[in-house]
Amino acid sequence: MTANTIAIIDYGMGNLHSISKALQHVAPEQNIIVTAQSQQILNADKVVLPGVGAIKDCMLEIKRHELQQTIIQASQSKPFLGICLGLQALLSHSDENQGIDGLNIIAGQVHQFQSQHLKIPHMGWNQVKTKAHPIWENIADNRYFYFVHSYYAQVDNLDYQIGETEYGQKFCAVLAKDNIVATQFHPEKSHEAGLQLLRNFANWNGE
Amino acid sequence: MTLAKRIIPCLDVDNGRVVKGVKFVDIRDAGDPVEVAKRYHREGADEITFLDITATSDNRDTMVHVVEEVASQVFIPLTVGGGIRQLEDIRTMLNAGADKVAINSAAVKTPEFVKQAADKFGSQCIVVAIDAKQVDQDWEIFTHGGRKATGIDAIEWAKKMVTYGAGEILLTSMDKDGTKSGFDLELTAKISESVPVPVIASGGVGTLDHLVEGILQGKADAVLAASIFHFAEYSIHEAKQYMANQGIDVRL
Repeated sequence: MTANTIAIIDYGMGNLHSISKALQHVAPEQNIIVTAQSQQILNADKVVLPGVGAIKDCMLEIKRHELQQTIIQASQSKPFLGICLGLQALLSHSDENQGIDGLNIIAGQVHQFQSQHLKIPHMGWNQVKTKAHPIWENIADNRYFYFVHSYYAQVDNLDYQIGETEYGQKFCAVLAKDNIVATQFHPEKSHEAGLQLLRNFANWNGE
Repeated sequence: MTLAKRIIPCLDVDNGRVVKGVKFVDIRDAGDPVEVAKRYHREGADEITFLDITATSDNRDTMVHVVEEVASQVFIPLTVGGGIRQLEDIRTMLNAGADKVAINSAAVKTPEFVKQAADKFGSQCIVVAIDAKQVDQDWEIFTHGGRKATGIDAIEWAKKMVTYGAGEILLTSMDKDGTKSGFDLELTAKISESVPVPVIASGGVGTLDHLVEGILQGKADAVLAASIFHFAEYSIHEAKQYMANQGIDVRL
């Protein structure tokens, strides 16, 4: 059996060191590559779309690297994991930066946390209420994961929400549709529970 | 379902080695920051902060290697402070695997630097570290390890830094630091109530009750401590269990 390849998309949005090390840690037998090359991404067995920062820069960088079609294509054809901004970018629209259209791969909106009483960004460890999905294998309900974000996602069709977290209001912490999974939190920074999620992704066939 | 309060062990690193002594029986080399970080990771630390106290910039590369090494084995957020003076320093640390950088003296010298840093890398990775000392009824910020007075009011400064893009405030009381007599709770509460971003309380922890007070009375979102964990007086897990018993939400 040849080693699987997991491609982490490098489009200039944030540090990919941690996610690549975490994947190597949980899937040492797989080939983890960090790349901006469309062909490498499309040839990989699995794809990870990370992202840290603001949505405007994120979308600009995806376009500048001419990766929009590649990401859409990968998201339709192989196990695909979006992380943080990589979740928000999959949705239809974000209110951040005066309003930015996303990739619209899954119908949903991104809004800003608004509360007098809450510290923003939502930074730290919060619990995730789970709904059956292979990505949750060996992860108990209500485990803590590490979040850092000021905008939160809401998917139009709640069937696609497989993880829910509450901070002022309930929001989509994890979404899943067909071969796509995306997390608002950072599994690569979420200790054992996060590593287990990455292990599950590395073992997932997308069904 | 609530956001947990965080416990953050802090390591002072000089030229690639942990200083201020660490005594763990199960660690072969307690001066090795990677070994110590792994131990805290196992015990359930929510984040780890490294403070690079290396005097010469020639030796800064050592810190970069430490961060790379830790980030390859420790899968929780890492913050690096000390000597962050330009955008390039931030990029280097983030690329090495740090999640956040703490900016202290450079922010006082050039407040615009914080703005540029937040614009460039996002507020989520910009921590502004404030060292404050009580002067009469107020608190003033000091730089250069507490040696240099600035005449700047700590509370006003915290607010200003948030408007400049700080995503978090790391607040150290210079009066309390090293005393093991507890946080400056009044100052911590005043700053925490004045800014919309999370505040990490630092300086003075000697007992587990101090951690509890920092959260309940100081209204901090996270508590940072060094020596009580280094000398294995308490494990991180014990500290969290103690806080949980006092009704504080922690990740156990």
